[in-house]
Amino acid sequence: MRGPRSFSGIMTTATADSRKSIEALSSAYAAIVARKRKQFLRSGAVLAVVILVAGWMAEVDLALFFSNVHKFPNYIGRIFILDSGDLKGSLVVFDIPGWFWGVGKWLKLLADTLLIAYVATLIGAIFGFFACFFAAGNLGVSTPIRFAVRRYLEFCRTVPELVFALIFVLAFGLGPIAGVLAIIVHTTGALGKLFYEVLENIDQKPVEGLISSGASWTKTMRFAVLPQVLANFISYALLRFEINVRGASVMGFVGAGGIGQDLIEAIRKFYYPDVSAILLLIIATVAVIDLVTERIRHRFIAQGH
Amino acid sequence: MTGDDGYSALEETALRTRYRSSFARDSRMGYYIAAAATALLAYGLWHLGFSITKFLHGIANLGNFVVLMFPPSWGDTASLFRFVKALGETVAIALLGTMLAAAIALPLSFLAANNTTVSQILRFFARRSFDTLRGVDTLVWALIWVNVVGLGPFAGVLAIAISDIGSFGKLFSEAIEASDKKPVEGVVASGGSRLHAIRFGILPQVAPVLISQFLYYFESNTRSATIIGIVGAGGIGLQLSEQIRTLEWQTVCFIIIMILMTVSVIDLISTRLRTAIAGDARTTI
Repeated sequence: MRGPRSFSGIMTTATADSRKSIEALSSAYAAIVARKRKQFLRSGAVLAVVILVAGWMAEVDLALFFSNVHKFPNYIGRIFILDSGDLKGSLVVFDIPGWFWGVGKWLKLLADTLLIAYVATLIGAIFGFFACFFAAGNLGVSTPIRFAVRRYLEFCRTVPELVFALIFVLAFGLGPIAGVLAIIVHTTGALGKLFYEVLENIDQKPVEGLISSGASWTKTMRFAVLPQVLANFISYALLRFEINVRGASVMGFVGAGGIGQDLIEAIRKFYYPDVSAILLLIIATVAVIDLVTERIRHRFIAQGH
Repeated sequence: MTGDDGYSALEETALRTRYRSSFARDSRMGYYIAAAATALLAYGLWHLGFSITKFLHGIANLGNFVVLMFPPSWGDTASLFRFVKALGETVAIALLGTMLAAAIALPLSFLAANNTTVSQILRFFARRSFDTLRGVDTLVWALIWVNVVGLGPFAGVLAIAISDIGSFGKLFSEAIEASDKKPVEGVVASGGSRLHAIRFGILPQVAPVLISQFLYYFESNTRSATIIGIVGAGGIGLQLSEQIRTLEWQTVCFIIIMILMTVSVIDLISTRLRTAIAGDARTTI
């Protein structure tokens, strides 16, 4: 048995130990940093290659960009300058009636746009509502039906609205009905998915309670499921309405009704001040709709919890 | 006597009196709203020129088109090559547009976040500019950029970039505002500057959220990039709208299938990346 070590002896071993462990720690840290740096460089190189390939495919031309980029602010400036009338050449704000000369026509088209969005959201939400019960995984629907409904909803929301609109314009003729139908299809797909995800997150206890007291499937849905999800459904539908107002405002680009047809005409025919006037009307309308629906949504969410 | 609910009339009355609040209609408000909604729907359909005969006629046309779509076909080899190239263009537009938007929006979003901004006036202007950029549709931006850099996919890249600067600016600045203060206080307390606080206190917290938002927008931009060609800004949309206008339904069907497959592959890759980089990234969005 060794005798008791002196106090200073303990100290020296302790410092030697701690020095050794600090060295070990710092070399481990350096190794980790080096590995991270290497990984960072490697992923940076991959990213650079991807960007170069994508740039080549997308015909990115930096020389063209820098020689023409002044046209962009010019364009933005030009849409705020009057191009006809007594005040030709001055800022649009000096002749509001001249700037908004077509306000009656545009407001009518905006009302059409809102109606397209409203009708399409409501009908799309109804379709999505009926579809979601057959797509949810926890309500006892057989797998083949669920699979089919889910693929159908996926198809509806993956094909862009405007593609449906292009096809529907040929089938149903030019006009807002084609736009309404296109947005209905897309809304069904988008809301159907959100709705069945809500359904899959419900509390199962009320469902079990109703089933065990002998209720039918429809009654279980009505009294155990619906009260849990309705607030969320309405909130999602309102959110979709906001999105659809934006969507409906460009439906006119392909002849499917709404303010879009005047907007694209103004852009294509270089009626510069009209472009800014119509865009401002659209932005203001969208902002008001967003504000109103947000209020309503918060009320529903508050009620739901 | 039992009703179809399995309760006798007596039991039902007892239940009704005991749970009066559950049976009572709290207000007639719901009915009024439903009636108003239905009335507006009917007015909307009438105003927009809906008619049953026209609708049925259209459905018949549509059925005809669908029959003509099968079997899908790509025409000749040259046009197949053209479609594949256009699809590559579409993905490239989405990728570059999203990257450019994220690169520009990231520094701006620090200006727009309450806890990192340098002045409230700058913050206000940054936020309002984001709102304006988002308020104008990508297709409108595309039309404007076509005037600047000419027809082609480059205009599409710029259009997606500029409209997503608005979205990213908003989302990124919200993520920065929601970040935890403590790491920032730690960096500042040990003598770090403002930039150090952002680099070592905030960026590590928000990076996973930002990356997952980036990937999410990449997915959604792949969808937008498929239609941007309708206004001449490159990608598969130009080919698709041309085939629809010339009523080449078999080719239309082929292109739609190509789009669906590409979108689902991109979704798959991006979901994988998202879960790998950000864990369960849905938490803070």
